[in-house]
Parts: sequence; C-alpha cells; structure tokens
Amino acid sequence: MTTPVGAASLTRRLPVPRKYIPVLVTACLFAAMFVAGGIRYEGFATGQIILNVFIDNAFLLVVAVGMTFVILTGGIDLSVGSVVALSTMISASLLPAWPAPAVMVLVPAIGALLGLAMGAIIHYFEIQPFIVTLAGMFLARGLCYTIGTDSVSITDPAFTAFAQTRVDLVADMWVSPSVLIAVLVVLVAAYVLHYTPFGRRVYAVGGSEQSALLMGLPVARTKIAVYTISGFCSALGGLLLSFYMLSGYGLHAVGMELDAIAAVVIGGTLLTGGSGYLFGTVLGVLVLGLIQTVISFEGTLSSWWTKIFIGLLLFTFIVLQRLIAGRGKQ
Amino acid sequence: MSAPAPILRMSGIGKQFPGVQALDGVDFRLLPGEIHALIGENGAGKSTLIKVLTGVHDIDAGEIELAGRKVVFASPLAAQQAGISTVYQEINLCANLPVAENIFIGREPRRLGRIHWKEMRRRAAELLTRLEIDIDVSAPLSSYSLAVQQMVAIARAVDIDARVLILDEPTSSLDAGEVAQLFRVMRRLRDEGIAILFVSHFLDQLYEISDRMTILRNGRLVGEYLTAELPQVELVAKMIGRELADLERLEGRPYAGEGKSAPLLEARGLGRAGMIEPFTLGIGEGEVVGLAGLLGSGRTEIARLLFGADHAGQGSVWIDGEQVGLRSPRAAVRHRIAFCPENRRAEGLIPGLTVRENLILALQAARGWTRPIPRSKQEELVEKYITALNIRPADPDQVIKNLSGGNQQKVMLARWLILQPRLLILDEPTRGIDVGAKAEIQRLVTELSDGGMAVLFISAELEEVLRLSHRVGVLRDRRLIAELDNDDDLTTGDLMETIASGAAS
Repeated sequence: MTTPVGAASLTRRLPVPRKYIPVLVTACLFAAMFVAGGIRYEGFATGQIILNVFIDNAFLLVVAVGMTFVILTGGIDLSVGSVVALSTMISASLLPAWPAPAVMVLVPAIGALLGLAMGAIIHYFEIQPFIVTLAGMFLARGLCYTIGTDSVSITDPAFTAFAQTRVDLVADMWVSPSVLIAVLVVLVAAYVLHYTPFGRRVYAVGGSEQSALLMGLPVARTKIAVYTISGFCSALGGLLLSFYMLSGYGLHAVGMELDAIAAVVIGGTLLTGGSGYLFGTVLGVLVLGLIQTVISFEGTLSSWWTKIFIGLLLFTFIVLQRLIAGRGKQ
Repeated sequence: MSAPAPILRMSGIGKQFPGVQALDGVDFRLLPGEIHALIGENGAGKSTLIKVLTGVHDIDAGEIELAGRKVVFASPLAAQQAGISTVYQEINLCANLPVAENIFIGREPRRLGRIHWKEMRRRAAELLTRLEIDIDVSAPLSSYSLAVQQMVAIARAVDIDARVLILDEPTSSLDAGEVAQLFRVMRRLRDEGIAILFVSHFLDQLYEISDRMTILRNGRLVGEYLTAELPQVELVAKMIGRELADLERLEGRPYAGEGKSAPLLEARGLGRAGMIEPFTLGIGEGEVVGLAGLLGSGRTEIARLLFGADHAGQGSVWIDGEQVGLRSPRAAVRHRIAFCPENRRAEGLIPGLTVRENLILALQAARGWTRPIPRSKQEELVEKYITALNIRPADPDQVIKNLSGGNQQKVMLARWLILQPRLLILDEPTRGIDVGAKAEIQRLVTELSDGGMAVLFISAELEEVLRLSHRVGVLRDRRLIAELDNDDDLTTGDLMETIASGAAS
C-alpha cells in the first residue's frame, strides 16, 4: 500500500542498471577466458588472437546481427545457415560468367527477398516463425543441391583479393576486409536499433505485440522488416564465407543458425524478445570464437569440446536470464 | 457548467453483432471539462459504445460528431489522431521499454533524423510532473507499480493532444491511495478542459468523481443525469431496470432447518487482499444462501475462495465444526464441495468431448485415473442424470459444444451432482440461457436443498435470488455488507436499497 509518488525509491538500486547485467556477465566471461588463456598458453595474450577470432568469425558476426533483430521481436530465424550456404553456391556458380560486383549486389538481394517472403508469411498468415523459417531452411538448402552437389571453387580475382588482402593495423596486427565489413554492419545495426524509430519499434513489438498495435505502431512493417534484414545479413554472411573459403558448397554452414542463436543468447538477448543489445551479440560471437581458439591451443582436446562448452554456457545463460527476469517481476 | 457545447455527440448509434443488438439508438454526449460516467450492468453495451467511439468497431446506424464535425473512425489510430485517447483496464504499454519511450514511441522527438533521447526524457518527466508523478523516466516501465503504469498510460494519452480521454475501468486494480491520486489527476485534467469518459463498477467512485452520468441497459439508453441529482437507489434501479414502486414482492422460502446447531460450512474472517474483504458466512444443510450484489462486488470471489480456486489471505473455513484447509479445488472436492463457475465454456466444460465424457469427468477424477469406471456403470449414471435433468438432446454421445447454453449448464450441474456434494456453489447458473431451462434449474436447486444439500446461489437477478434463497448475503464494493433472512417482508426493493446505500436495513 505505497503511494506511487516517488516510486523511484521502490526500484532496487543496483550499482549498474539490471538491463546491463547479462552483457556485463558475458564481457567478464570473455575477459576471464582471455586472461586464463594468456596464463596457460604461450603466445596467447596478444591482440592478434582476438583479431583472429574476428577474422575467423566475421560471417557469423554478420549473421548474428540479423538474428539479433529477429530475436528482439520475439521471433526466430532458422533459415540463416541454409541461406549462407545458398549464397556461397550462387556466388560460386555465377562468378565464371558474371562480374564480381554484380554478384555482390545480387546475392544479398536474393537473401533479403527470401527473408521478406518468410516475414510476410509469418505476419499475414499468423504462423509461428519457427515453422516458417524451418521450411525456409529446407528450401534454401535444397536449392543449393539443384545448383550442384559438389564443392565449386572460386577463382575470381576480386574474391581472391578479398580473401588474401591484409589490412594492417598498428603494431603488426592485421584484419581481413571481411572484418571491416562485419564491423560496419554492427555499427549501422546498433545505430538503427538505438537511434531510429524503426529500431525502437523492434523492441516494442518484442515487448508486447498487442500493445504495440494499440499504441498505433506499424507492427506488420516492423515484423516483416526484421526477417528481411535477417535474410540480407545471412546472404551477406554467405558472401563473407565465400571470401573465407573461396568455394561454394551445399554443405557449408550446416548448423550455423544454431551458432548464431547461441551467440545472441550468450550475448544477453532474451529469447522472448524485447530486451538485449547488439554489443552483447558481438561479445557472444567473440566468446564462441575464443572457445575454439582455446581448444586449438590445448591441442589434445577434440574439437567436439567446443560444442560441450557452448552447451554448458547456453544452459548457464538461460538460467541467468530467468533469474534476472524473475527478480524483475517481484 | 451548463453552457459549453458538447465536444462529442453520438446520436442514434446502433451496432449489431451476430444474434445480438448490442446498441440500439443510443445517444451520448460529452461536454468539455466534465467527468462523465458511463454506467450499466454487464452486457448493457458500455464497452461496445466505447469500441465504436474509438474506431475498434464500425457503426451500423447513427453518427458521431466531434467538435461539431461529423467523423468516421476506421481504426484506433484514426480516433487517436482526432483527439480521442483511451486507457484500457489492462495496460497496453510495453513494460520492457523505458517509461519515457512508452509515452513517446511512435512520435519520438528527433534531431537530424535520430531520436533525441535527452529531449524525450525531459519532456516525459515534465508531463509526469503535471500528473504528480516523480519517477526515473529512463527506467523500464516494468519496475513500477500498476498505478504508476496507469498514470504513464494516461500521460501518453494526454500528450496526443487529447480532447476526449476515455478511462475504461482504470481503478479496478488500484488501492485506495492510488485511486485518490488518479482522481486528483482526473480533476486536474478536467479543469484543463479535457472531457473525460469514466467507466467503473464501483458506485462510490462514480459518485465521488463524476459530474454527469449516462446509464445504459440492454443496449439502450436509459437516460443522462446530473450526478448530484440522482440518488444511489434510483441509479441502481435504473441499472437493473425496475422502478422501485413496481417491484412486486416474491414469495420467500422459510428455512426449514432453523434451530440446527452447527452449520455445515462456515467461513470465519475469510478474505484475500484485493479480491474480497474478510467475511463470515455460514451455510447449513438443506439451506440455500443467495449472494446479491452488482458485478465486481465480490460475489464470484467468495465462491472461488470457498472452492479453494484462490488462496485465502486470512481467515479459516470450518466444515462440521472442524477447521479445514482448502488449498486447492481438489481439497474442496474431497470435502464434497462442488462449484459451477460463471463462465462455463472457459472454466467448466470441455467443448470437444461428448455429454457422457463430460459427465463422467469429475467422478473419474475423484476416483483416480487408475480405476476406470466400467462402461456399463457410466451409461447407467449418464442415463439417470440425462433423464433427471431433462438434458436435450438425450444423446450421451452428442458433442457438448452442439448443445444449447441451458443444456450445457445442466450437464455441468449433473457432473457435480454425480459426486453427491454436500455443498453446491452455483455462480450465475442461469445467465444466458432460455426461460424454460432457467425454470428447470431453479426447480432443481429447490429439490436439491429439500434433499439436504447446502447451496450457495449467486445471481445478478435479484428476483431469482429472492425466490430461491433462505438467506441473502449482500455484497458491495468487495465487502459482505449485510446478511438478510428471506422472510415474508424482504423484497427486491430492500435488496436494492441495501446494495445502493451500503447499510443493512
């Protein structure tokens, strides 16, 4: 029976606002892993190690950005891995005939179109995103094999240039052009989410679609747009993967949708939507990448340990989110 | 304040839903700078009128004028843009977003294309200060109480340059202090010239805050009155639809079991915060106790507490002189208490199953799933109750959803009767069913009580309560305010007066 006046005093005063806690936990985890690795392995604690994680996971980062938009609205996109594979396949098969710039425009456009179609079906037929994007996943993967069942290598000079160029940074450190593209995507997406009405609508729809509708927000446009963005990001990620692998193959990126979802969740975004930060997703991708690095440094461990650690981490973070959300309700 | 021209005028509004004339030639007007209460029992057409006004439904007949100009709203957004804002009972905001954003989302202040967060927070704080709220506007809405959230909803509504503000049952989940603050804000907005349409089931609140009232009944306009000129008794009579003078006295049924020592069930100081204030009520074997009161007065809440569907916050329940803990409906069933809820479709029957399956359900549950009832026994039981209750069609394999409301109600009753309960709680058993089925259910209640069953009978129809009950508990604003013996002198007029005045006669 408190009066609402001055209700601010009722909220628990934590040293940091509760909404930042999941991201902070991930950041601390990343720092701890880095320090532990540095103590245990020689030559681990260098800036290039982190940059290598970026280089090896630039495509995943781009895909995870698109996934962040979708999960923030409370949806899910299972088609991203297949769209990545389809993109590599289209690139590889078109490149002998088409100029590289045309391919680089066409592939993201195809991805965006696929996303748009799935978003429209999800919204107008009121079907669960899980099912629609599952169908999209099979469709895109199947399309890969109609193009070709074998791995197709890419010899286009523009693509190989992207693959082999080193962009030098300070003190002998370097990144690939793909990393720069991924960082640009992250910056643009973060700006959109935080500083544009569209970005805020993404959060509003994730909070309560019904309320967003009654507040007069264009819910349909927002929902369809996030799947379009996710499709676009997947195809762009596919291009980056073609730079990285210099091949197109129907078996590329199998299960990548799950890596992307894991990265978003470890980054502190709620699967129910409405809460999370893009910076968290970046950290999530870095944590996943660093686990792989640690295991390769260990040498004797099989790479399946990566999956085991990711599994344990996911459990921890989902429970952590539940605890934080539960406390918020009291 | 008789001078100003109405800001809103609705005339001859008609709205038909399949099978129901929800609104029929309703006139309604709203003056600037007044708080206008819209009053009526459930199904009177209040919410339909509001939905028509806010563009959720279109109208079949009549017209709406806003500030002298004829308007047609195609959507809630269109109504909002025209200056009609609504704050619903359940708060339609995004709890995950900061307070400031909840007020401004959709029309954020911007600079160079990007959202100007600082300006948004400043303006949000300013708006809330006007409503006497001092909170951190960058904190998520979910960190504040319902009352504050309601104020934020009002702030959002008012900022859309509202000329008409509709508050649909805003007080139903607020405590007394919060209601007082809401009323202060409402008065301030009224004084600023905003026309406020207020819906509430609490009569005291209506009298405290409103300047004028419009009463609806069965989709028709009863009249528009100045609050100061309409006594509460007349208001209740107009809502329920009988002039006091016309009320004939109905036969009362003297309680046969008078003088019996201990009641079968007794609730002592039973209550739950926010639902019903502590009450004490006893029911004896073979006694029918009626509960009378307006919608939301706490009738259903009492039933739910006695059945263990909600946990009591305080008090105790005694059966046969022993204290029992009714922590769940299962526990209540073990003590042979049965409850037919108000909303039979949502809470009681399983529409996809057959009459037989629905009938057997409770008995099977009581026996436990490991001891199936033999088919022959099932058929015998079903046959018996279909005949006894005159369920039509008399086909045990008919799917429940194909039955009429009255027959569904009878199936529901039969399901509990199979268990041979000692106390039967009936919440609005006759609502929405035809006259014939109604009479049969009333007759059944009489027979059951003659056979020794205790019945708690809840109904919005006072005549019905009076006809069936030996004693009547009167509820008002979630409080049991009186317990009247249904002797020859008790009339529906007395009940109405008790409901209206809040004092025992």
